[in-house]
This record gives sequence, C-alpha cells and structure tokens, in this order.
Amino acid sequence: MDAVKRYFRSPAAVIGLVLLLAVIAMALAAGFLYPRDPLALAGRPLVWPFTNPRFPLGTDNSGRDIAAQVFYGARISLLIGGVATAIAITIGTLLGAFAGYYGGWVDNILMRITEAFQTLPNFVLLLVLVAVFGSTLTTVTIAIGVVSWPAPARLTRAEFLSLRNREFVQAGRTLGMKDLQLILGEILPNALPPVIVYAGVVMAVAILLESALAFLRLSDPNVASWGNLIGLGRDVLRVQWYVSAIPGIAILVTVLAVSLVGQGLNDALNPRLKQR
Amino acid sequence: MSEAPILSLEDLSVRLPEGADRSHALKDVSLSVASNEILCVVGESGSGKSMMANAIMRLLPQGVEIDGGRALFEDRDLCAASPAEMREVRGAGIAMIFQEPMTALNPLRTVGDQIAEMFRVHTGLSRAEIDKRVLALLDDVRIPDPRLAAKAYPHELSGGQRQRAMIAMALALDPRLLIADEPTTALDVTTQAQILKLIRDLQQRKKTAVLFITHDFGVVAEIADRVVVMQHGRVVEHGLANEVLNHPTHAYTRQLIAAVPPLKAPSPRPLSPENILAIAGVSKTYRSGGFLGRGARITAAVRNASLTLPKGGTLGIVGESGSGKSTLARCIVRLIDPDAGAILLDGKDWAKMGRDEVRRETRHIQMVFQDPFASLNPRRKAAELVAQGPIVHGTPRATAIAEAKRLFELVGLDPSAGDRFPHEFSGGQRQRIGLARALALKPDVLVADEPVSALDVSVQAQVLKLLGELRERLGLSIVFITHDLRVAAQVCDLVAVMKEGEIVEHGPVAEVFGRPQHPYTKALIASVPGGEFTAQHEAAVS
Repeated sequence: MDAVKRYFRSPAAVIGLVLLLAVIAMALAAGFLYPRDPLALAGRPLVWPFTNPRFPLGTDNSGRDIAAQVFYGARISLLIGGVATAIAITIGTLLGAFAGYYGGWVDNILMRITEAFQTLPNFVLLLVLVAVFGSTLTTVTIAIGVVSWPAPARLTRAEFLSLRNREFVQAGRTLGMKDLQLILGEILPNALPPVIVYAGVVMAVAILLESALAFLRLSDPNVASWGNLIGLGRDVLRVQWYVSAIPGIAILVTVLAVSLVGQGLNDALNPRLKQR
Repeated sequence: MSEAPILSLEDLSVRLPEGADRSHALKDVSLSVASNEILCVVGESGSGKSMMANAIMRLLPQGVEIDGGRALFEDRDLCAASPAEMREVRGAGIAMIFQEPMTALNPLRTVGDQIAEMFRVHTGLSRAEIDKRVLALLDDVRIPDPRLAAKAYPHELSGGQRQRAMIAMALALDPRLLIADEPTTALDVTTQAQILKLIRDLQQRKKTAVLFITHDFGVVAEIADRVVVMQHGRVVEHGLANEVLNHPTHAYTRQLIAAVPPLKAPSPRPLSPENILAIAGVSKTYRSGGFLGRGARITAAVRNASLTLPKGGTLGIVGESGSGKSTLARCIVRLIDPDAGAILLDGKDWAKMGRDEVRRETRHIQMVFQDPFASLNPRRKAAELVAQGPIVHGTPRATAIAEAKRLFELVGLDPSAGDRFPHEFSGGQRQRIGLARALALKPDVLVADEPVSALDVSVQAQVLKLLGELRERLGLSIVFITHDLRVAAQVCDLVAVMKEGEIVEHGPVAEVFGRPQHPYTKALIASVPGGEFTAQHEAAVS
C-alpha cells in the first residue's frame, strides 16, 4: 500500500495514469460512439477538421471518418501493445530466469541466442518476420513480441544472478525444494519489480513498432490502426497534413502515458532510488 | 586526564525525520575527549553511537539535523561552522576511520595515491615530499613492504592491511582527534588484536585524542581509558574504564556486561557414545579461471576434514574468515558437493547421494543461516516461511501452517505474528523464525552457520539460551560454526579449530580452549579481546 501512496505523490505519474485511462476509455467507447465500420466510406474525402460537425476531426483521402478511426485505433494499439508486451516479458523472464539460475553452459547458450537477436536491428527482424508470415493482426502482434524479448531477458538474468546465492534461496534448497519451485516461487517474485517497470518501455516501443510497420503499409490493412492512418496521410502530407498529424498525436499521447506510468511505477517500487 | 578536552559535546541532540522509530537519534548527549586518551563509546545497534560520529563530522544524512546543544572542538562550535570551515576541520583536525575498509577506499586508485590526496588537498607540499611522507606513514602503521603497498589497489591488500592503510590516511595530517567507528568489527580476531595494538601505540606516540565506537566490551577492556555507555540515543553511564567494567552502576551496563559470554567452558555434559554424524576425509577444491587447465586458480577450501558428532552433542567449528568452516558446513548439508570423502548421517552416506535422494532425505539435517535479513524471503509471510519445508515434503498446507504457529511458540515468538512479513521483525526475532523453519522438518542434526554473529550481545545471549533449551528438549545434535571463541565455549561440547581448510585441532571444548596444543589455537585464544578482563569477570561470576 506504501507503493500506491508513493505513486500518487508524483504529479508526472498521475498525469500518465490519467492519459492512459483516457486512451483506454476511448478504446471502450469506440463501439458505442461509432457503431458503423470505421473503415466504411462516410462522406467527401479530405474534409478539414472543425469544418463539418458530422466529422469533428475531418475525413481522410478516401472519405473515412478520422475520429472514428482514431477511437478504433486506440483498441488496436492497446491490444498490440498489451499482447506483444505479455509475449516479450514471458519469453524474456523465462529465458532470463533459467540462464541466471543455472549459469554455466545453459547460460552460455541462452545468452548467445539472446545476443543473436539483439545484434539484429529489431525493426529489420520484424520486417523479415512480417514478410515471411504475412501481415495479419495476429502475426504482427506475435512478431513484435518475438523481437522485443531480449532486453527483459537480460534484465531478469541479472536479477537472478544476484538473487540465486542469497541465503533465503539456499534455505529453500536445504528444505528440499526442487529447482522449479525455487525459480518460480522464491526467486522470481523478488526479481519481478524491475521487469514490470521495464514492461512500460516494451509496451511503448511495441506501439511505435506497429505504427512504423503500418506507415510502410506492412501492417494489417483491414483494421483501423493509427499507423495505417498515418501511412494513408503520407500521400497528402504537404497539404492535408492533419490526416497524419491527428493519429500522430494519439500515438504520442499513448506512448507518453505508458512511459510516465512506467517511470512512476519505478519510483514507487524502488523508493530508495528516488530519494537520491 | 586533567588536560583540557579537545572535543566536548554539550547536550547535543540530533533529530530524526518524522516516521522514524523515535524522535531523536541523540538526546542531550554530553561527553568530552582530552588529548592522549581513548574514549570508548559502547552501545548496541540503534543506540545512536554512529550517528554521534556523523554529527561531530557534520556528515548527517538528509532529513537528520542537529537541533540542540554544541559540539566544541578546540573551543570552536562545530554545529555553527560553515561548510568551508568544516572542510578545513575534516581530515586535518578530526580524522575518521570506518568499519569496512574495502568500501571506504576507492577501488580504482592505488592506496598510496589516496593517502597522498590528503596532502594535496590540505597542504602545498611538493610531489617528492608527499611521496616520502606517504611511505613514512605506511611504515608507521607497519604495513609489510610500504613501497609495494603504496602501489597496490585496495583489493590487492588483505582486510587488515586495508584497515592499516585507512589509519595511515587518517593520521596523515596529525589530526588532534581520531574518530574510529567500529574499526575492527569486520576483521578476524588475530587481525583485530594487531589493529587495536596499533591504534593504541600510535595514539600514545602522537598524543592524539581517540573517540572509539564499538559494541564489544572485550574491545573496550582492551583499549579504553574512559567509557561512555549509550542506549536509545542517551548516555546512561560514563566513567573510567576500570570503574565501568568492574563496578557498573546502571542496570543497562550491567546487563550488557553480563551478556558477554565468558571464554571458559561450563562443566562438560555427558555425551552419548553413539555418533549421529561422522565425516571422513571431506575435501572441496575450487577452481576458477584458466583455459584448458592453464592459468587456473586452485583454492583448497576444505582439506581432508574428519570429525564426529555424538548424538545430542554440539560440535563447534571455529576459525577465521577463509578458513573453510562455512564451506565445510555447506558440504555437510550438501549445498556444496564435496569432491571427496564420506559424510555418514545415521549410517547413510550423504556425500554419495544423488540430487533427488538429497531432496528427500534433507529433513534429517537442516541449516540455520548467518544473516537474519538475507535468509528469509522478503515476499513471504512468517508462518508461510516456517511451513514451507513440511509443505514441500507433502504435509497439507493447513496442517503445516497450524504446526508453524506451534513452532512460533517453541522459539519464543507470538503465534499471531505469523501473518507479518520478515521486515516487520527485529534481527533477533528473524533469527528465531529461521530456527523455527529449520525445526519444522524435525531434523536430527542442525547445522548453524554463525547464527548469532549478526546480532547484538544481549540478543545474542537470548538466542544462544533458546538454542540450549531446544537442544535439551528436542534432543538435537548441532554443528555450530562460529568465529567467536566465547560463543563456542558456551554452547559447544566438542570443538574443532580450522585454518586454511584444515582442521588443526579438535577435542572437548574445555581441553582445546584450556590447554591448546596447536600454535594457531594458542594465537586465536590470545587474540580474544579483553582476555584479562574476561578472566576477572569469570572469577567474579563463579
């Protein structure tokens, strides 16, 4: 409960939380406010924002409602961000935990694999995966998760290395616990806080990766995502810049919110770091 | 002692931030140190003795402030001094040495360079002159081969040598006052004896005033001219060392002195002829670094150790750090796999068992760890920690938790405390939880690795008493690892002395400590601080 109190003491963390809740509210309200398909034609193309009350944020180059796409896009971004982060953190903590706990050749093999993934620029790897497996929403999400796990893995490994020889772990061993019980029951709960904090960074990066893919028109074209909208706006960027700018702001706000919440969690969970 | 005081504290109070366990770290503390005397400040952890040193140096942590009284150093009030004035005083006027020389020295710079810095900051001497002074200082603190030591990095020196280097640095500018904050606590007894003697010699030669902070009455007896006893941030007693040690007036001082265990063993208990644990020829060698066998470093941590533990007896293994006593303990519970030898527990050879078999049989032999803070998982409740063992071995959860509450009572804890997390307990209470956890599996043999070393003397006495009671009541056989000969003398029936991985002497405790045969055992016993005082103390007790 102390951690919760500490969290709310930081204004930046509270602002981040409010923004994040606003984005979540947008995602939830999308179906209610815009019951029609957001990708259906709604009116004349390229209506400027604030000129037509039917389209408060205007329309894009094929005449689709930008406001509706922004609201539905929040769903996609949060979905991709959340699921990809879960995948990355799960793979990362498991590999990191085993590498850190067993050490020796297990560590050597797992860490060489991790380095192999890390040395490839993750966006290039993502492009390869999407090119090979196609660009449906599912494959894109999994691909983003798969390219994001090395950093959490290294973090978990470092935590395990320092925790595995603590006396409470040795005590567990003398009580007759199996390795898996020690890893999951004793060490992992103590190793998780920094990983949870890092999850915020992973989520922000995941949202950006999807947008970047969509900008290159390599993401799933059949869903209303912010990145797709930016990609469409590219063709009319010099005159109707708002088509790209509006979803751009939405991405900015979401990534900022996630980062602020992550930073706030960090300060709340590691109070000593904050006092400096 | 009639000389004018160098430092005098007048009703000094230091306030703690809100939310601390008490409002003031120090309350109305008055004391004085004259030149050419050693004043010992004694107290248990939390008594405010280190805070006092920091207050004098004006190095208090954020949020902690001096809120009353004066600290007069050569007639100047340090509490009112500006930061610039304080920088002049620190190092040149008042120097300080710390408990842990490894963390007090910068690991990236050579020892000589760090001592030379004192001269570079405070004086305008030439390089050659500084170099000469550094070597003279290192020679003063009797570091073997000063020229080499000056070029060494801190990790290349032993703990005792590092502390000598720290002392050299502190004395570089001939300070009027030396504050020593537990300077020998992290050292082995034989090294401690040497460092105490060194501080004594230098103090007499240079006529420095020394404020010596310690928790150990043995050290006080060894070094102090006068003593100040502190409790909860207040001075409860002060006077000449002889007076305070032999005729303490305050109840707290009496309690502290009574808690110092005598070095003499109590009358021996009858021992069972039957051995529950017998280890024969156990060896463990560490290899590190090197490629294909080239350049590898080989350390023989335990060499050919053979010991027996009679049923219901207590076997002490004593030695200094690096003697291999902890490695041997961990071999016995198979946290470490020995390279060779046999460990017979009730006739079964532990050393030859596979991982799974060890896991099943582990309930016969359990371990208590040294650090009451590190040995309990901070994310589990106390009752859960104690119940873990039985649950692992197949007891239903509810039964195990109920049993844990009963064990809480056995080790002198409130059974309702089971719902609390480890950080809500004090060090002594945590050690009781650790003990309850080990006892939950109803072991035949308990291996205790320095179980009381991290505790204050009064708490230490309570835990040792508890261990004695449990031993009688449950018929436990105990392997007791310790570096503290006094503690070993109190709890052990048999004792083995280890040095550099080898058992140099073993036998009944009265015999080994009363008539030591091996020169190393003799040296160890002679190094126990306050030996003479203890002897008097024992005579008075018996």
